Amino acid sequence: MKDVKILAIESSCDETAAAVVLNGREVLSNVISSQIDIHTLYGGVVPEIASRKHTERINRVVSEGLLQAGLKLSDVDAIAVTYGPGLVGALLVGVSFAKGLAFASGKPLIGVHHIEGHICANFIDHPELEPPFPCLVVSGGHTHLVRVMDYGKYEILGKTRDDAAGEAFDKVARAIGLGYPGGPKIDKVSDAGDPAAIEFPRAKVADNIYDFSFSGLKSAVLNYLNSARMEGIEVSQADVAASFQASVVDVLTEHAYAALEEGGEKIFAIAGGVASNRHLRKAFEEGCEKRGIKFYRPEPIYCTDNAAMIGAAAYYEFKNGVRSDMSLNAVPNLKLGER
Amino acid sequence: MNIIALDSSGMTASVSIVKDGRLAGVYTIDHKKTHSETLLPMLDELKRMTETDLSETDAIAVSAGPGSFTGLRIGAASAKGMAEALGKPIIAVPTLDALAWQFYGYAGLVCPMMDARRDQVYSGIYSFEFDIEKKEYDLCIKSEGAALACADQCRKINELYSGENDAPVMLLGDGTDVSISIIEETLKVPYTIAPLHRKYQDAGSLVTYATRLYEEGKVVDAASFAPEYFRVSQAERERAEKESHEV
Repeated sequence: MKDVKILAIESSCDETAAAVVLNGREVLSNVISSQIDIHTLYGGVVPEIASRKHTERINRVVSEGLLQAGLKLSDVDAIAVTYGPGLVGALLVGVSFAKGLAFASGKPLIGVHHIEGHICANFIDHPELEPPFPCLVVSGGHTHLVRVMDYGKYEILGKTRDDAAGEAFDKVARAIGLGYPGGPKIDKVSDAGDPAAIEFPRAKVADNIYDFSFSGLKSAVLNYLNSARMEGIEVSQADVAASFQASVVDVLTEHAYAALEEGGEKIFAIAGGVASNRHLRKAFEEGCEKRGIKFYRPEPIYCTDNAAMIGAAAYYEFKNGVRSDMSLNAVPNLKLGER
Repeated sequence: MNIIALDSSGMTASVSIVKDGRLAGVYTIDHKKTHSETLLPMLDELKRMTETDLSETDAIAVSAGPGSFTGLRIGAASAKGMAEALGKPIIAVPTLDALAWQFYGYAGLVCPMMDARRDQVYSGIYSFEFDIEKKEYDLCIKSEGAALACADQCRKINELYSGENDAPVMLLGDGTDVSISIIEETLKVPYTIAPLHRKYQDAGSLVTYATRLYEEGKVVDAASFAPEYFRVSQAERERAEKESHEV
């Protein structure tokens, strides 16, 4: 088959991103324009501001993506865009722009599921990785344990019943005065803390062993902080961060190992923003090695929201003949595997 | 001259194509489907019907605001994508100007009022002045477009109205639907409300006004274009209020 170059666009949250990906595996360019400085002022992503910034930046980000790949729009084979899940206003900017681009250039358009993109980030720089394999997707908005059956085919084993793992990181970080964004800050601060200092709960969900729940953990941290304050006990930020994080890491790894045991696969992958957490990566590196499982994780730059992963996912959709038409709409709560 | 025009600033989705200086087609719908599902499919249909070769496009005209934030962005981002692909500029047409233009040549004051929620309208006051040399009307702004209470705009009209040519004030836009009782109560001068076919955003009007802007060289590059919202986001407003209380 001839080489396929896909121009991919991602705007589901607060990063405006564009990339060109060759044959789903090789990143020719990966441009990310982050708005984090603006949203930090508000303690979280403000959807209306994110949408406005995407609109202002999208042309420059996309033309930079083409420029860094050394290509013109006429050189690419298709245009891919994230159409859900995410913030509807933010998604609409990328979707509308991509449609305009596809309409005027006559290139095929491919709508891509954001979480499928995260999973496919593992294909980048790993030419040997092929389905089937289980994958844990952990980010600010999602916590899913899925089995990648084939390219573009996913079975959801479990997901969170309440907060996403990344959301719990943000809320706990705010409670212990670290601020936004919580994930990287807790990751860093916990280096100096004792993960066994405080015993926080490891929640299990009764009717599905693969489902997650993080709201109880979040409440336990808040309760601990409250009672410490009432009793006048000095709180160690590092110990709380490390102990909270250890609880999250334990729950995530235990769920994954249970799935691996059941499925018998010798490959496992993680994806999503929280997959760049160093403690989680280390826990999986050690745990998988002990179990004789080959562990895949994207480079941190492909864990955060980016368009390269969308280009990787789009390649397999392209090969499967999937095409979107001009009525493609943003779907804020798009389910995994839905077409 | 070849111009593609889009308007998704309000309830209607409207597209038009000017081809070789002719208004080759206008397609407008007012239906509950979202603009994201209608705007580009409509343009695609219009392009096929008029056998338009997009590579010959000179510019993309788009409603530049005010309007529904999301609606404006669907139009803006679509236009920016098309303009980027074609390497052509954007004609940013102020929504209220394009609405007023629907009454080109009208003898009296023209006042578009768009529903801006929160008990306000986006509105400006216009008149048409005849240029004998050019044998054309010019659109004159009597009161700049803004987000304001409908009653305040009515009082402004009361002040500005001077019985121009015995013509009543022409009101149009979806703000007149929402605020009709305020208008009836506050507007003390003769007025009338536009009939349905000239009441809401229409890319036919927008593109003829855009053509004039294009001839005057009023274009922007695709990368720089962003809508004029007339309002900051709620989060920014609340933050500014909080800061002003703290000072």
